[in-house]
Amino acid sequence: MDAFTVHTGVVMPMDRVNVDTDQIIPKQFLKRVERTGYEDFLFFDWRFHADGSPNEEFVLNFPGYKEASVMVAGRNFGCGSSREHAPWALQQYGFRTIIASSFADIFYNNCLQNGLLPVRLSEKDVDHIMIQAKEVPGYQVTVDLASCTVSDGQGFSAAFSLDEFKRYCLLNGLDDIGLTLQEEGAITTFESQRA
Amino acid sequence: MPGKTMFEKIWDAHVVAEEPGKPALLYVDLHLVHEVTSPQAFDGLRMAGRRVRRPDLTVATADHDVPTTDRSLPIEDPIAVQQLEHLSNDAREFNIPLADIHSPLQGIVHVIGPEQGYTQPGKVIVCGDSHTATHGAFGAFALGVGTSEVEHVLATQTLRQAKQKTMQVDVNGPLPFGVTAKDLILAIIGQIGIDGGTGHVIEYTGQGIRDLSMAGRMTVCNMSIEGGARAGMVAPDEKTFDYLRGRANAPQGDAFDEAVERWKQLPTDPDAAYDTTVVIDAASLTPMVSWGTNPGQVTQVTGRVPDPASFGNPADRESAERALRYMGLEPNTPMEEIPIDRVFIGSCTNSRIEDLRDAAAVVQGLRVSDRVGAMVVPGSYAIKQQAEAEGLDRIFLDAGFEWRNAGCSMCLAMNPDQLLPGERCASTSNRNFEGRQGKDGRTHLVSPQMAAAAAIAGHFVDIREWKN
Repeated sequence: MDAFTVHTGVVMPMDRVNVDTDQIIPKQFLKRVERTGYEDFLFFDWRFHADGSPNEEFVLNFPGYKEASVMVAGRNFGCGSSREHAPWALQQYGFRTIIASSFADIFYNNCLQNGLLPVRLSEKDVDHIMIQAKEVPGYQVTVDLASCTVSDGQGFSAAFSLDEFKRYCLLNGLDDIGLTLQEEGAITTFESQRA
Repeated sequence: MPGKTMFEKIWDAHVVAEEPGKPALLYVDLHLVHEVTSPQAFDGLRMAGRRVRRPDLTVATADHDVPTTDRSLPIEDPIAVQQLEHLSNDAREFNIPLADIHSPLQGIVHVIGPEQGYTQPGKVIVCGDSHTATHGAFGAFALGVGTSEVEHVLATQTLRQAKQKTMQVDVNGPLPFGVTAKDLILAIIGQIGIDGGTGHVIEYTGQGIRDLSMAGRMTVCNMSIEGGARAGMVAPDEKTFDYLRGRANAPQGDAFDEAVERWKQLPTDPDAAYDTTVVIDAASLTPMVSWGTNPGQVTQVTGRVPDPASFGNPADRESAERALRYMGLEPNTPMEEIPIDRVFIGSCTNSRIEDLRDAAAVVQGLRVSDRVGAMVVPGSYAIKQQAEAEGLDRIFLDAGFEWRNAGCSMCLAMNPDQLLPGERCASTSNRNFEGRQGKDGRTHLVSPQMAAAAAIAGHFVDIREWKN
């Protein structure tokens, strides 16, 4: 897993609530058996017209957000299916972190498994970033996982929280499975007690 | 010491390791695997030189991609073929039992788990699929996970989990005439919202739940994730035990009776506390239809398409406006006047034999509307066989339905069963997201009875008025 420590980037506003994983990565791309190569399929049905041409009215195609690596989104981002292809597509497209007032549980967890940092802020803070991202060309924020803060260098700063263990894994890019296998003795004991 | 909820009892019995400040390591009793969310996990094992720790606690089937048409013919989609072959190879290499599309054990993963007796009270069950909550109907803690966690479970037979909060959803009386488990769960989601259960495990309680068959309880638990909850559960009772008795992978003989005694200890203690309780007024429930593009955007069949202006919250108003544009609906249109083009009866929500019997009773002796294409997709091969033994296939075929083979089919339209752009479908599935059943397709979620009646009438009808 990629480590996440601090990241500064242009913010793209996804000003919709309840963006589901069927939109983030439509089902026709889930037949692939690879873990990479999903960037071109991110938000496919919103991003492209039926003839394959880009939908210029969709925010991902706005010229000002071509380099965006931070997404700010409406509440309950990532609801629906458990497909991990959703964080893969977001990350492979170039997003490093997503800011919202709430995330769906499975999606949130899947992001953490991949070093894509989901940041929960208050609705008020999310609204502030959303408005700035829409109105200020090239608006950037810095997300710092060491201090658990989001700031824009222009006076805005907000703190977020994250499970301490997950934070440790992200900061160090640690593989969950490797850590668990260090506890193999406990697993074996548990199994033998139940047998 | 205060009592424990059922969730807490199951949780406590599965903690392998726990340290302050760290999510617990939970033991997994049953890992269900399907073709779509597992290939990358198996490849991860291979790359790291890891094995599957407990293939004997792992069961695989092919359901998401599979065609529901004649299975003696080759599968046309080469990418689906690649994925299905990947699963076959993975199962062979790692020694995992697999029900492939030619197996009599094949079916939707959340249908065959209970059907074959793998799903049992008190178990921790995971699957790389958000509808794993289905298995909670037996008093199990069952939750959907992503592919990285699939790999973690394959390698370690454990899952790292922060403990969820508990939410009681109490259905305080019997369901009125014509109201099914599907209507109940749609009403619950409408009430709590699609993120109302986020961070929680729901336990469904009350007479409205106790009265349900196991199939009905599965329908309710199945859609817990549509209310934001990763897991939903129902306390096991005699119905649960009767369902499991004699099933292939359930305990047999004396071992079954011993298991029942253990399972009877699972229900929530009378003095246990939930973090949240929601009461559902059973008497006020009616048949439901979704009008929008998420499962919380629902109304009564006798209701109307809402006016977005009636939503106080600007984000919800904008969401409703978008939904109506996508769905091609005008505010205030009576739901019963909305014409439909397609009907889909199937999915892990509503494809069990009880669902098919209920739908068949509605269509018996009648004909599907000329303007409607309708299909029935049984949840498993075994259900298909049972339905054919009961003559349900003839009832559907005589009415003009297609009668298909088992799989997820048009619930998520990964196989060729898809809506065309603009087509409007009455569907017994679980999600009405944009494009879910095919790009630019329009999905309305309903019960099997309501879907069957809509197929005949060509529009939504109040099943309480139905006569055939």
